[in-house]
Amino acid sequence: MLSVSVKKRRGTFMLDAHFDLPTPGVVTLFGRSGCGKSTLVNIIAGLLDADRGRVALDDDLLLDTELGLDVPPERRRVGYVFQDARLFPHMSVAGNLHYAAKRAQGQPYVSFDAVAALLDLGFLMDRRVHRLSGGERQRVAIGRALLSQPRLLLLDEPLASLDTARREEVLPYLETLRDQLAIPMVYVSHNFDEVLRLATHIVLLESGHTIAQGGVGEMSLNPRLRAIIGADAVGAIIDGTVLGGDSANGMARVRVGTGELWVQAANAAIGAKLRVQLLARDLIVATQSPRYLSVRNSLAGKVTTVSSDDANSDLIGIDIGGTEIMARITKAATRDLSIAPGLPVWALVKAASLRARVISNASPDAE
Amino acid sequence: MTWLSPDEIEALHLSLSVAARSVVFSLPLAIIVAWVLTRRRFVGHSLLDAFVHLPLVLPPVVIGYLLLVLFGTRGPIGSWLERIAGIELIFTRNGAALATAVMSFPLMVRSMRISLENVDHGLEEAARTLGAHAIDRFMTITLPLMLPGVLAGAITAFSAALGEFGAVITFVSNIPGETRTLPLALYSALQTPGGDTAAARLAGISVVLGLSGLLLSECFARRVRRMLGR
Repeated sequence: MLSVSVKKRRGTFMLDAHFDLPTPGVVTLFGRSGCGKSTLVNIIAGLLDADRGRVALDDDLLLDTELGLDVPPERRRVGYVFQDARLFPHMSVAGNLHYAAKRAQGQPYVSFDAVAALLDLGFLMDRRVHRLSGGERQRVAIGRALLSQPRLLLLDEPLASLDTARREEVLPYLETLRDQLAIPMVYVSHNFDEVLRLATHIVLLESGHTIAQGGVGEMSLNPRLRAIIGADAVGAIIDGTVLGGDSANGMARVRVGTGELWVQAANAAIGAKLRVQLLARDLIVATQSPRYLSVRNSLAGKVTTVSSDDANSDLIGIDIGGTEIMARITKAATRDLSIAPGLPVWALVKAASLRARVISNASPDAE
Repeated sequence: MTWLSPDEIEALHLSLSVAARSVVFSLPLAIIVAWVLTRRRFVGHSLLDAFVHLPLVLPPVVIGYLLLVLFGTRGPIGSWLERIAGIELIFTRNGAALATAVMSFPLMVRSMRISLENVDHGLEEAARTLGAHAIDRFMTITLPLMLPGVLAGAITAFSAALGEFGAVITFVSNIPGETRTLPLALYSALQTPGGDTAAARLAGISVVLGLSGLLLSECFARRVRRMLGR
């Protein structure tokens, strides 16, 4: 368990953040630029002093201003991947990695060769740092942080300075890291796609305050999140288990709640965890069991909430057997179909409009 | 160098030896002062900064005089040094080295500071999160990255030390074979009837030395920059 509770004043800006992360897990600090994400991460690393607060990792206190305890960054065993990589320019890639390995503290849990293999660094070893591409730079930075054998890994927008293609090049490595090393990570981002792919937990920050936190599943429908990512990105995120599939067509059948969904997912093995995003704008709501439709996916449930989204549309919360999803429909449709809490409905969605990704390390409370 | 007289060769040797001592002794202190002035904020920062730069604005003869007062046989530091370590500075080449070191110190610190200001503090932070303590960080990250400034500063200071006149002649006088460096020999030659050609030769050597120093410094700086990939 990583437990953070800190206060820090910087000019007129006030950081007042509190969150807990069950370990291992990946918590993403999510919020707009300037909301205090980097300040918070720097305090966890010890690079910045907190006015007041406490940072604890499992049984170890890293900071407790009440006890006057402040472990210096060099003894915290907290790895840090900076947005700008911060590789040492006077060393080669191997030099950078060895720098960390030589100074590692505690029981090593990952070897030099394992890190090199995990991040595909082998062919880069002799390269000078300034001859690396942006994506390679971040991979080396991640490898360097890992080789210090940290108990916690902080990543401060590691992909923010990369274009979309380069980002796609690094993301799979981060997923591998999460699934194979089980090292707790605090991942700062303002890109919701990254959050979707990596996070097990989300902490929302707004002007220095942690305004909401929880597992990805429960947070996906939080209205405060909607305010940040915009109405079009709103939708339930469900981590489901693959029941079977039609690998010839690259389709997989996933259990969500009491229902099942067909999603596009190539080579998803039976039993694998699959994270599915059901965007509210893609869902169709029917008040009778639908027939004669091309849509493959129909989830039966009960309306739980009806809330106004904007002038023309409502958000309908639907319980599909212990799991909640959300659909956006026009106010006119709400009225014509007399949609109200308690009404049995069917949510329809085209398999093609679902985003699904294999995650083997799903958070238990997101299911 | 057959066209130089033995006296002139001696002056050249002495100059090089004095300048080398001056640089070797002031280099570590200059690195520390440059680091403190760049990376630390404290009460008296401006005062230390001004104090370091004092030799640039004071007449060299004033520096020589102050050194006499402090490091002379009766001076507080001079008498102490002689009692403790048997080191005599006044009228010796070590004294000449001290005078040139004080005079070229601001040049050295200046060049190091510029270089240090360009060292990304974020790299030191990164080293810190990797477990490097303060001295470790300084030796493995800061110092190698400020190396262009250290080298350039050392070479500039060395070249300037070859030519220091006022402070040297005031502090350690003009003793052939002990403190008569190139500029002092040149000055003596001018005072001697028929010393014109000797003066011209000595002036020529000074120009060549100064020029090579500056070129060498630039060349080093470029090579180190390339090594650092900038």
